Amino acid sequence: MNARVYETLSIRVGALALSFVLFGGFVALAGADPLDVYYQMYRGSIGTWFSFQNALLRAAPLMLTALCTAIPARLGLTIIGGEGALVLGGLAAAGTGLALTGLPGSVVVVAMATIGFAAGALWVGAAGALRAYRGVNETISSLLLSYIAIALMTYLVEGPMRDPTSLNHPTTRAIPPDAMLGNIPGFDVHWGLAFGIVACVLAHILMMRSVFGFGGAIVGGNLRAALLCGLPVRRMMVIACALAGGAAGLAGMAEVAAIHGRASDSLVAGYGYTGILVSFMAQHEPLAIVPVAVLFGGIGASNGLIQRADHLPDATVNVLQGILFVVILASETLYGRFSLFRPASKKDEPLSSAAPPAPPGPPVPPVENLPEAAA
Amino acid sequence: MSPAVASGLGLWGVPLAVAAGAIRVSTPFLYVSLGECITEKSGRVNLGLEGTLVMGAMSAYGISYLTGSPWLGVLVAGAAGMVLGALHGWLCGLPRVNDVAIGIALILFGTGLAFFLGKPFIQPVARQLPAIDLGFWSSSPEVRSALRVNALFVLGLVLAPGVAFFLDRTRWGLILRTVGESADAARAMGYSVLRVRLLATMAGGFFAGVGGSFLSLFYPGSYNERLSSGQGLMAVALVIFARWSPVRCLWASLLFGAASALGPALQSIGMTSGYQLINAVPYVLTLAIMIATSSASRSLPGQPAELGAAR
Repeated sequence: MNARVYETLSIRVGALALSFVLFGGFVALAGADPLDVYYQMYRGSIGTWFSFQNALLRAAPLMLTALCTAIPARLGLTIIGGEGALVLGGLAAAGTGLALTGLPGSVVVVAMATIGFAAGALWVGAAGALRAYRGVNETISSLLLSYIAIALMTYLVEGPMRDPTSLNHPTTRAIPPDAMLGNIPGFDVHWGLAFGIVACVLAHILMMRSVFGFGGAIVGGNLRAALLCGLPVRRMMVIACALAGGAAGLAGMAEVAAIHGRASDSLVAGYGYTGILVSFMAQHEPLAIVPVAVLFGGIGASNGLIQRADHLPDATVNVLQGILFVVILASETLYGRFSLFRPASKKDEPLSSAAPPAPPGPPVPPVENLPEAAA
Repeated sequence: MSPAVASGLGLWGVPLAVAAGAIRVSTPFLYVSLGECITEKSGRVNLGLEGTLVMGAMSAYGISYLTGSPWLGVLVAGAAGMVLGALHGWLCGLPRVNDVAIGIALILFGTGLAFFLGKPFIQPVARQLPAIDLGFWSSSPEVRSALRVNALFVLGLVLAPGVAFFLDRTRWGLILRTVGESADAARAMGYSVLRVRLLATMAGGFFAGVGGSFLSLFYPGSYNERLSSGQGLMAVALVIFARWSPVRCLWASLLFGAASALGPALQSIGMTSGYQLINAVPYVLTLAIMIATSSASRSLPGQPAELGAAR
């Protein structure tokens, strides 16, 4: 087991290093000094206490949107609609906050979190239900639902829910000030970060240490076996997707209740898409999501500094994320290749480079992802 | 849709604008879905064509601006798409690498790269692709403007049956379909499954890149970062709806083009609220079609048997 942890860590760190080298080459081609870009990234992410808090601020929603991909991934489902669930959760939370104006702040916060969670859960749960009961590809449907959610938000924010005083940038009216999430004492970081960490721990317990999570791993590992055991596969898919969407919805609630104070298209900030990357990098393991989210929060936080200091466009971070994503997925091929990490005896590797034909059924990262609980 | 199309005709402008939109907006859908059709027939899914589309749009615009030749831009867009397709095909050939996940990664990578390289091209005006004036017989400016058809669309009309002919009637098409139906059988016959899939993914990328060049060089006809909003992804869903038939891809693309043109058409006759919802019609339509055509009990008619993921 330890050998596997070391193997995962080494391959991940190696992939990270290779990505940064490739990225350095890329910015060098674009005429910037790679060493200076690295230095600015360091300065903008962990170099100072201020920038580290900025990284944590961005890591908070990433943890929750990463769970949106990670939880269903246990069951072999690839959900990429976290952006829409976040937007809808934020919108629903803002609506709740406005409707409950006048009630005590703590009551409003709890109601906003609940409704935000429910909105996200409904949205991604729908993608899960379509997959479970109708066989609709959940990857495409969750992204389509995401676009629909953003259109719905645009309509409501520019139409019925618009604050008449918001002229150039339409927003809803502001939620009552006592319903705002404050900062964690001693930090310049709001409570959304605590939401994220607690949600990751809870998801870890649920997916790695509970009967439900074990059942989910069977569904993801071998759908037929799960059906033969009599597991309620369809219901489990819907529940997992609903929890996943709820997490992303909560991220939207925290963005509204801690940062913006109102819903607007500022919610469409790409946290949903980066969350997919975080989840894949963390191998869909909820506890690993926490540090990976901080890493990507740091990359996001350093973006402004790179733009100013190295005169690179704002899409530089998108390029880095794209390189990271591709390299990390490609590094999956290295597992089991190094005898260093191999326990006494292990199954043979495939003889040729020809990939075995894909098994029918959902794409699953198979045996390696079975939880230790299975052993 | 340009407001001029609808304004003179009042409400009658809406169906005209939608019909014109079906022709105009459908072209990127058509090219991406034809490309994806070829790729999926070989038994692999490339979800990354959304990124390829944006990359194609950016490179076509950039090349047309720098050289003054839009057709060279179209070619370069296709080549850029082919490179991204080769990347996808090569990575998916490695053992244990998942093609759906690589597709998602390439959406991010393709759009990121296009946004990065495309920064200098947002302001300048590049030479556009020429249009063919099919409305010369009409005296109405609205009809004439609606019937200004791009050569790429006409080419697409020919390509759809052409791809069908290639897949169904040629030796290479047969090999490609064999790989998609049973990799084992293809291997037993001595064909390299990975090489066929690599070539099929590269061809798919070429088509998608050309589809992207239409976005920036004809309609809407400029480059910006909001050029594509999921057309590439919808086109992948559209292939499932079209049951992996290139000719049905053509009809499906026209339908999607019409749905996408509805929102702007209503906006141009003075609809001031709610058009944001109408703009979501293509997504809702895609979803509705996927729900209607999917089946909980396994594969659809026409689906390549090696295609596990596209259901």
